Amino acid sequence: MVKVTMTLGQLSCPSCLTKIQKVIEKQTGVTDVQTLFNAGKLKTVIDQEKIQAKDLAHIIEQLGYTVEKITIKEQ
Amino acid sequence: MLKILQLTNQHQKIYIVLMTSLIIVSFVSGWLGNGMIGHFIMLVVTILGGSPIVIQGISALRYKVVSIELLVSFAVIGAILIGEFSESGIVVWLFALGRFLEARTLTRTRSAIAQLVQLMPKQALRISTPTSRIFELIDIDDIQVGDYVLVKTGSQIPVDGKIVNGEGAINEASITGESKINFKSQAQNVFAGTSLDSGTLVIQADKVGEDTAFGKIIDLVETSQDSQSQAQQIIDRFAKYYTPVVLVLAVLIGIVTRDIRLAITVLILGCPGALVIGVPVSTVAGIGVAARHGILVKGSEALVQLRKVTTFAFDKTGTVTKGTPTVTAVQNYQGLEMQNLAIVASIEHESNHPLAQAIQKEYTTLELMPIDKTVVIKGKGIVANVGQQQVVVGNQQLMHDYDIDLTIGQQDTDYFLREGYSLVYVAMNHQLHLLLGIHDPLKPEATKIMQQLRELDNQRLVLMSGDQQRAVEIVAHQLKLTQAYGDCLPENKMALIQQYQSHGERVAFVGDGVNDSPALVTANVGIAMGNGTDIAMDVADIVLMHADLNKLPLAVKIARATAMNMYQNIIIAMLTVVFLLIGLFTGYIFMASGMLIHELSIIVVTLNGVRLLRL
Repeated sequence: MVKVTMTLGQLSCPSCLTKIQKVIEKQTGVTDVQTLFNAGKLKTVIDQEKIQAKDLAHIIEQLGYTVEKITIKEQ
Repeated sequence: MLKILQLTNQHQKIYIVLMTSLIIVSFVSGWLGNGMIGHFIMLVVTILGGSPIVIQGISALRYKVVSIELLVSFAVIGAILIGEFSESGIVVWLFALGRFLEARTLTRTRSAIAQLVQLMPKQALRISTPTSRIFELIDIDDIQVGDYVLVKTGSQIPVDGKIVNGEGAINEASITGESKINFKSQAQNVFAGTSLDSGTLVIQADKVGEDTAFGKIIDLVETSQDSQSQAQQIIDRFAKYYTPVVLVLAVLIGIVTRDIRLAITVLILGCPGALVIGVPVSTVAGIGVAARHGILVKGSEALVQLRKVTTFAFDKTGTVTKGTPTVTAVQNYQGLEMQNLAIVASIEHESNHPLAQAIQKEYTTLELMPIDKTVVIKGKGIVANVGQQQVVVGNQQLMHDYDIDLTIGQQDTDYFLREGYSLVYVAMNHQLHLLLGIHDPLKPEATKIMQQLRELDNQRLVLMSGDQQRAVEIVAHQLKLTQAYGDCLPENKMALIQQYQSHGERVAFVGDGVNDSPALVTANVGIAMGNGTDIAMDVADIVLMHADLNKLPLAVKIARATAMNMYQNIIIAMLTVVFLLIGLFTGYIFMASGMLIHELSIIVVTLNGVRLLRL
């Protein structure tokens, strides 16, 4: 399990973030999704055997948002 | 498809200007009698503005999420089908413009925290050995614990660590909130986010990035700004079902009334806009403005709770007093005074109790004696052996527990207590040898602060301390507090708070982050006096940086203003919904005007939130 923090670009509306949160929560291997609207960040804990941080970044980009930075920290 | 989205996102301004000018051209051509061209231009605007919305709506739907964009997409497509190009054009234009303005105003509510984040170091000069001056400029994330970094005059200290080489004057305002220059040299600790006013330092990193004290403060403020109050959670749960329900409702209305216009309008009104954003903008602004004043708030719920507090319970030492007690009076009854003091100093050396530290500080020149069998009796004192003698050092209670006769010191005891001193008795071989009077002066601002708190409707103010009852009473009397509870162990404070709570009081406990954890946790709001880099956020809901009592009335004021602002925003949002519904069923509101009111309500609640930043 690793803790992933993603800094997102250009978030204007809270509904964008709720959308990202809902979508990410539905992925397997993802627990404890926290979206920080004001900081423009998404924090989550993932099981690297099931999903990779870059997969999540890809999904976010699919939704039409940009991921500026990904930091991964061992738990 | 994604390319289109990113393109429109990146060039938002141009995009909006383009749409706006097209709409103007369309209206002008309409007036000039060329309706067909105007009509056509509006279709272009619709497609231009609508496609990113449709793409977003579909991409979310792929992950089984019904988003606002989807509702708007259906409405826009519906409008095109019935030939209402100008309505659909205006709707997509307003949607884009609204998003843009929202982003602009939201940046203002976030400005308080943005200023803090700005102070976070981003790069560092890494060197391979402490003496090397050949550095490489690297990203802060690439610095590892144990690395050496070079800091030059006028730049920021990038990590928490120890100075291994050099010396300099450091401004620690970002951490302590106090703009004071500290001169530091080899082996001293320095903190990320502080700045080096003069000198050159080589630092070995202990903590980097989010783990530094400053990183933790920022992380905390960021997280707390997004933490949800109960009111917000209810609204979010509501909003989650609201959007899909609106979609179903619109379809039903369309089928039943056969009125596509009405159905489309319902879709537009389905955006819960102001309702979703109203509460967060208030709390973000509130928490942000508090952080700017050196008040760290753990979450919006802490603000909500602080507003409702009816009783403030204070710890004494270090909270209302300066926390630097000094030995003011000594009475010797048996043996040599100097020898007795040396014994006490040796024993107190084992303890970090404030009174013990006062004694240690006073007698640093005395030679310490070897002691053994030290037993610390929580809230009472210490018992230890010095040579063959058993020495009991502590308060009156401890003396009673050991059956020590205090008659000889009775007169001094009375006198010391009247003066508000804390008493430390020292007995050897079951006889009282020494009595120390220790005084901890009040913080100069304490009286004024208590007065201010009392003026905020009838707050009950009480003092709870581990110190002797009499000493606590005197402080309480000086500060005109309602009640004084002395001789409290940490668990006694907790029980007292519970007792108040059972009588319907909402209690805020203001105290030391480390020693008072049980009380801080039990209280409705735990307020810790932060000392520099140690932010006791695990247990406290609110931390007053640099143990500054002045910030307490301000914190209450901010909490009240924030809650007020939040309720105003909820009311504005609710009224908007009601207003839109009335307009809808009386036929005054159609797509474009509905969208306009919706976007306006969002701007209004955001601007209302921005007002808090002036506090």
